[in-house]
Amino acid sequence: MSTQQQQPEEPQSQEAPEDPEMRGAESPVDEKEKQGGDIDQQTTPEDELEGETVHIKVFRYDPEVEGKQEPRFDDFHVPFEKGMTVLDAVMYARDTYDSSLTFRHSCRQAVCGSDAFFVNGKQRLGCKTQIADLEQPIRIEPLPHQEVVKDLVVDMDHFYDQMHTVEPYFQDEDTPDPADLEEQRQSPENREKIKMSSRCIWCGACMSSCNIAAGDNDYLGPAAINKAYKFAMDDREGEEIKEHRLRILEQEHGVWRCQTQFSCTEVCPKDIPLTEHIQELKREAVKKNLKFW
Amino acid sequence: MYEHDVIVVGAGGAGLRAAIAAHEAGSDVAIVSKLHPVRSHTGAAEGGINAALQEGDDWELHAYDTMKGSDYLGDAPAVETLAQDAPEDTMRLEHWGMPFSREEDGRVSQRPFGGLSYPRTTYAGAETGHHLLHTMYEQVVKRGIQVYDEWYVMELATSDEDDPNDRSCHGVVAYDVQSGNVEGFKANDGVVLATGGPGQAFDHTTNAVSCTGDGHAMAYRAGAPLEDMEFIQFHPTSLPSTGVLISEGVRGEGGILYNANGERFMFEYGYANNSGELASRDVVARAELTEVNEGRGVDDEYVHLDMRHLGEERIMDRLENILHLAEDFEGVDGLVEPMPVKPGQHYAMGGIEVDENGQTCVDGLYAAGECACVSVHGGNRLGGNALPELIVFGKRAGRHAAGEDLGEPQIKTGYGDDVEDETETELPVQPGDAGLDTSSGVAADGGVATDAEGIVERKVEQARTRVDTLMDRDDGVQHAEIRQKLQNAMTDYVNVFRTEEGVKKALRIIRECREEYQNVYVDDPSRTFNTDLQQTIETRNLIDVAETIALGALVRDEFRGAHWRKEHQERKDDEWLKHTLISWNDGQPDIFYRPVILEGQDKTYEPKERSY
Repeated sequence: MSTQQQQPEEPQSQEAPEDPEMRGAESPVDEKEKQGGDIDQQTTPEDELEGETVHIKVFRYDPEVEGKQEPRFDDFHVPFEKGMTVLDAVMYARDTYDSSLTFRHSCRQAVCGSDAFFVNGKQRLGCKTQIADLEQPIRIEPLPHQEVVKDLVVDMDHFYDQMHTVEPYFQDEDTPDPADLEEQRQSPENREKIKMSSRCIWCGACMSSCNIAAGDNDYLGPAAINKAYKFAMDDREGEEIKEHRLRILEQEHGVWRCQTQFSCTEVCPKDIPLTEHIQELKREAVKKNLKFW
Repeated sequence: MYEHDVIVVGAGGAGLRAAIAAHEAGSDVAIVSKLHPVRSHTGAAEGGINAALQEGDDWELHAYDTMKGSDYLGDAPAVETLAQDAPEDTMRLEHWGMPFSREEDGRVSQRPFGGLSYPRTTYAGAETGHHLLHTMYEQVVKRGIQVYDEWYVMELATSDEDDPNDRSCHGVVAYDVQSGNVEGFKANDGVVLATGGPGQAFDHTTNAVSCTGDGHAMAYRAGAPLEDMEFIQFHPTSLPSTGVLISEGVRGEGGILYNANGERFMFEYGYANNSGELASRDVVARAELTEVNEGRGVDDEYVHLDMRHLGEERIMDRLENILHLAEDFEGVDGLVEPMPVKPGQHYAMGGIEVDENGQTCVDGLYAAGECACVSVHGGNRLGGNALPELIVFGKRAGRHAAGEDLGEPQIKTGYGDDVEDETETELPVQPGDAGLDTSSGVAADGGVATDAEGIVERKVEQARTRVDTLMDRDDGVQHAEIRQKLQNAMTDYVNVFRTEEGVKKALRIIRECREEYQNVYVDDPSRTFNTDLQQTIETRNLIDVAETIALGALVRDEFRGAHWRKEHQERKDDEWLKHTLISWNDGQPDIFYRPVILEGQDKTYEPKERSY
């Protein structure tokens, strides 16, 4: 994939300031004059819709298409229905007004983790964010601090690479023959201990919200550290493996980079106490007398 | 051109398990998937994995429950294989670190599920599929198995002999979603399709938007018959607004269904006097809709599922995920009010015809998981039987594709001596030539390309032409319009309750969709992440698959399992203890039949009246 794709300018900020350029975008005529590109800005006339409508402003960018190479926002008005989510709104806009509107989505029930967007200045899953809870117009942008591939789609490769760095797979000290049907024992308490960490759906919201990750590309990041937490705290792996895991985590770009800003915890759609997990691993590393880099 | 020994298409439970098994058998294996593996729909499974693990339970009981649940349309060798392999394969997941829920003594917990004579559903909260998917992806990472994620497989590269039984599959053609490039993937030993269900053929479904029956359609067009497609499971408890699934675990733990009058209708109206809410899914789904149709539904649309009496502690321990789903998608707090539920399309019992080793009638082409029909589930799948199917038959397909000898299968595939002649039923429409996008699965070059590489190259050329044609058109009809029309027709007429007239109407609409598809065009001119193009190709697959579902529903004039027909209110064992098979035959579906195998290892499963 090309590394020269443009970063959106707007989504970098944590807050969503009202952009004077965008305010005029609600008038289709003004907008066409302003754009002047080959592709008209996709605006949908509010007048034609009966009943309550939702106004969304969606970030658009495509490196290949003339007129979309400069990042911009498109306005869409879609009919409101009770229970409507942000994902429902962008799907409606795509299927009804502009089939080139591009975003990842699959399960629509907050487990596949593919539709994390930056909605009104916060990382959220599109499918579990109710329209009724948001102030309009709703600004929908790609996750900040990630390279934008097209529209709301960001490059997740770095996120996956960091997840893989922590050796995210079970490593038992002594593998018995599973054919004897004897499971490893795990106390309900230990299972409870790792329960929250095991809920991560790899959506990338936490990484995108983390100021440290934005400044240090090598920082493992909250998701990967949480993944390591799940294994390190699982009694089934044994003490020796746990020490090995802590050594990976306490490297220069590991747990000690976290400055406990809690942004990851705040945006996590699965309510995982990420910041606390990172602190607990710091404490574990200290207890083990591991080298403090 | 990429080259590997085994190519696995799809990275959900069955695909990952197949890849691990092929890798363990010494194969160079690669996974090609339109989603990153952790985005696969297996992650949405909630309830659990049936496996006879405890003393007092055994695989024979599991097999018996499954045969009964299937309404005697399961093949005994497949069902017994599932029941026998499930315990070891479930324990293997435990040894791979899967966070199963635990008992006080540290052993994995098991809970009751519908249609089971023993509480044998092993689970991890109400998010078993999520943990299964991630645990297996972790093992794929551990083994360094190559994953081509966000590559959409468009076609199989299959030779073009006249008889599908003589054909062989040599790889796939895939489209790199990020770059728009179309490339060939040559498979030296085999291709395993693990592409999941076709739920998007319906409007109200618990399935992900990615469940578009791609594997079904590709295998079908390549000559492998689709089996028992009329058997679509409608899950009794999906949320009315979105179709989001509320696990059967809620009823397993003691959740109760009420109608608008506050009556516990499963008992009060005699739908299942013994099992009540824990009757099998087809029974409960019909009961709910009957309540709604007879005016006892809430808001004329749904019924209530109440779990408040279970208490907060038990709910938080075993069903916490359900609270979040009800809150996020319906605005209902399950601790203080009942949840609204109605039946939603959930699972396809039918699929690509395979034997118990995962092999289709096309040499080198395998299928596993929901896209395949072994057949384990027959007319109705028991809750908790989908996940063991993924791991058991995913593993077997992977091993067999990698060249391991799994012995002679007892289940036959393809058109052969043991099949019965085509149906006498007159079809209401001739599906006809699909024109531009016939895109049959075979190389179709009159035998010019006979070597594997030539066959793959030929298919790559065809696929590139297909993409260019779709992209070059400036006008026409967009896929979303066709897809919605198709989904509405299926939900209106091929749903829980089916009539001959309705199914024929659906077939006529499907035919219209096929005609409109001749003028489909892709509006997005970009080669970068063109989801418009991908969904356009998916829509074609949905048309093919929907047609087989409706055709199967039309010709089976009996009432069995999930297949209910107004005009035929009885199970007809003397006529219909047989599988419906539909073959592509250049777009003119051929329908034929193969007898159900009720002979197990040591006993025969005699059909009995199903009561719960």
